[in-house]
Amino acid sequence: MMIQGFKNKLIKTQGVQGLARGLASAAAATPSPRTYGGLKDQDRIFTNVYGRYDFKLKGALKRGDWYKTKEIIHKGEDWILKEIKDSGLRGRGGAGFPSGLKWSFMGKSSPGRKRYLVINADEGEPGTCKDREILRHEPHKLVEGCLLAGRAMLANAAYIYIRGEFVQEANNVQTAIDEAYKAGLIGKNACESGYDFDVYLVRGAGAYICGEETALIESIEGKQGKPRLKPPFPADTGLFGCPTTVSNVETVAVAPTILRRGGSWFAGFGAPRNSGTKLFCISGHVNNPCTVEEEMSIPLRELLERHCGGIRGGWDNLLAIIPGGSSVPLLPKHDCEVAAMDFDSLRDLQSGLGTAAVIVMDKSVDIVAAIARLSAFYRHESCGQCTPCREGTTWLDNMMTRFVAGNGHVDEINQLMELTKQIEGNTICALGDAAAWPVQGLIRHFRPELERRLKSGDRDAVLKDIYVPNNYSVTF
Amino acid sequence: MYIAKRLTAIRNSALLVSRFSTTKLRSSDHVFVHRDTPINNENVKFEFDKKNLPEVQKILAKYPENYKKGAIIPLLHLAQKQHGWTSLGVMNHVAGIVDVPPMRVYEVATFYTMFNREPVGKYFLQVCGTTPCQLCGSDNIFKTVEKHLGIKKGETTKDKLFTLVEVECAGACVNAPVMAINDDYYEDLTPELTVKVLDSFKSGKPLPPGPQGTRRTCEPAGGLTTLKSEPPGPGFMVRSDL
Repeated sequence: MMIQGFKNKLIKTQGVQGLARGLASAAAATPSPRTYGGLKDQDRIFTNVYGRYDFKLKGALKRGDWYKTKEIIHKGEDWILKEIKDSGLRGRGGAGFPSGLKWSFMGKSSPGRKRYLVINADEGEPGTCKDREILRHEPHKLVEGCLLAGRAMLANAAYIYIRGEFVQEANNVQTAIDEAYKAGLIGKNACESGYDFDVYLVRGAGAYICGEETALIESIEGKQGKPRLKPPFPADTGLFGCPTTVSNVETVAVAPTILRRGGSWFAGFGAPRNSGTKLFCISGHVNNPCTVEEEMSIPLRELLERHCGGIRGGWDNLLAIIPGGSSVPLLPKHDCEVAAMDFDSLRDLQSGLGTAAVIVMDKSVDIVAAIARLSAFYRHESCGQCTPCREGTTWLDNMMTRFVAGNGHVDEINQLMELTKQIEGNTICALGDAAAWPVQGLIRHFRPELERRLKSGDRDAVLKDIYVPNNYSVTF
Repeated sequence: MYIAKRLTAIRNSALLVSRFSTTKLRSSDHVFVHRDTPINNENVKFEFDKKNLPEVQKILAKYPENYKKGAIIPLLHLAQKQHGWTSLGVMNHVAGIVDVPPMRVYEVATFYTMFNREPVGKYFLQVCGTTPCQLCGSDNIFKTVEKHLGIKKGETTKDKLFTLVEVECAGACVNAPVMAINDDYYEDLTPELTVKVLDSFKSGKPLPPGPQGTRRTCEPAGGLTTLKSEPPGPGFMVRSDL
C-alpha cells in the first residue's frame, strides 16, 4: 500500500517518463524533469523524408548537403571521431552500439591492405522502412556520409549494399553517386581535399539474413549470405579479407549534419546515453501510419498521438505494441503507457528500441496469429547454417501454427518457452535470438490468452493436420 | 452391436491418451533440385546481348581483380532481366564470366529468393504477407488477387500474364499492404484498389506505382505533422569554426 502510494506520488511529480526510467535503471537517482518530444523543424536532419523536393544534387545542395565538406575532411580523422563520440550517436541498425567507438576499431594502419566502409541498406526487419526513405529521398546525405565516415576510418572505398527488392531506391542512390562523381565530390581528390574515395552500389537478392554484417560481407563477395563466426572481426578481416566497418544507412546519413552543427547539438536531444533524433516508422493500427523524425526518448504514447492520429478506435482499444521491429518482444498496453522510445527505457521493459519500427496492434488482432506469422518469417529467413536456428525456427513455426488453431496442450506453452531458450544464444548470429524473443514476449504477456485458446481449442484439428505424403493415398 | 460398442470404446480411449500429431509438411518456396525440362537444360544456352555487354564490364569493375566472383549476384540480376528468369544456361554463363565452377553459382541462385529458376508471368505479383501487412489486411489482398485472376499462390495465369507469390517483408510497412509488381511497389492497397491496379495491367496501361490511396509517400494521411515549412538552406546552424 505504501509502495503503491509512493509510486503514485512518483507518477504525479515526475510524470510518466520518470516512472519508466525510475524503477529499474541506474538513472533513477537523478530523474530528469525534462520532457522529450516535439522536435522543431529546424532541428530535423532529414528535411526531404517525404520526397516533396528534388532528391538530386541540385536540390540536395539547396537543402545544405555537401556544405563545407572539404573543411570537415581537412579537420582530420581524430576530430571527426571526437565529434561523433561527443554526439552520443548510437548505431541505428538495431543493436545501438556507440558509433564513434565502432568507427575507431579499424585502427590507423593496415599495411598493404585496403580498408572498406560497408553501408548496410538491406532493410528487411518487419516494421522497418526508414532507410527506404533515406535511399530514395535523401541519397546525397548518404553519399556524403560515406565520404566523411570513410575519412574518419581512413577507408579507401564504400560499398552500399541495398536489398534487391528496392529497385527504384537503388536507382536513386546510383543517380546520386553518378552526380557526385561528376561534380568531383567523390572519386579521386574528393571535394578537392586531396583524399581519394570511391563509392560503389551493390544490390542484394532477397535474403533477410544479409542484414547481419558478416552475412552481408559474404553476399558482397558473391556467396550465400551465411554469417561468419567471429573472431576474426570485420574490423580486422572483413570484406575481401581487408579491414571493414559495417554501418547502417541512418547512422551514416546523419553524420554530415552532426559534424556541421557539432556533436553537442546532437547530444542535446534525448535522455542521457540515448541522444539524438531518430526516424520512427509507425505501422499497423494507428489512424495515420507514417515515418517521422522525432527526438529520442519521446514517450511512445505521445509519438502515436502527435504524429499518427492515435490508435484506431482510441487508446483503450490498444492491445499491444512491438516497439522496435519484429525482433523485439512486444509491450502490452500498460507498458505502452510508460514506455519512452529509447534504448535504455525499452530495455528496462524487457523489450528494445531495435530499429524504432513501431508495430501497433489493436484489440481486433489475433495476437497469437500475429506472432505466429513472425515465426513463419524467421523460419523462412533462417540461413540454415546453425542447427538450433534451422531446426528451432521450424519447430517454433509448427507449434505456433498449431496454437493459433488452439491445437495443443497447455503444458506445451512451457515446452515452447524452453525451446526458445535452446535457440537463444546458441547460434552464430542474432537471427536465432530474434526468432525467440517475439515468442517469449507473447508467453510473458499473453499466457492467459494462450491457455484459454488451448483449453477451448479444436482438438480435432489434430486429425486435420496429420501429415500425409503427397504420393500416398490413405483410406480410413 | 458388439462391434459398435467396441468402436466407441476405442474412440473414447483415443480421446484420453495424447494423440500423435505432426503438422503439415510445407515445402520451401521452390524446389532446390534441378530437373531437366525441354526449356531448361544445359544444352539451352544463354548469352548476354550486345546492349548488356558494357553493363557486364561496369559490374566487374566494382570488384578487386582476385574477387571477380563478387559479381555473381549483380550478373544474375542482369541476366534474369534479359532472359526473364534464371535458367541453367544463365547460371552456367555467369559462372564462365567470373571464372568459378558452376556449382558456386547454383549455390547462390538457390539461396536468394529473387532468382526465379522457373519461368514467371510477364507481371510478377509479389504480395507481402508478413505481420505489419497482415495487420493491415494483406490476407484480403491475397484473396482478391486469387479470385480476380483465378490463380493461387505460386501459380501463373493461363495467358502467362500474371504470377502470384507471397514474399516476406517488403520493407514498406508504413504503406501496408504492399504488392510489388516486377520492380515497382504498389502501396496502401485495398481490395478495390488492387482490382483497379490489376485491371490497369491487363489493359496494358499500368497505373503509376506508389501509394494508391490519397498519400504521396510515407507522410501521415491526415496531413503533415512535421516539415510544413520550406527546408533551411546551406549554412543554417553550421558551427562557426568550420
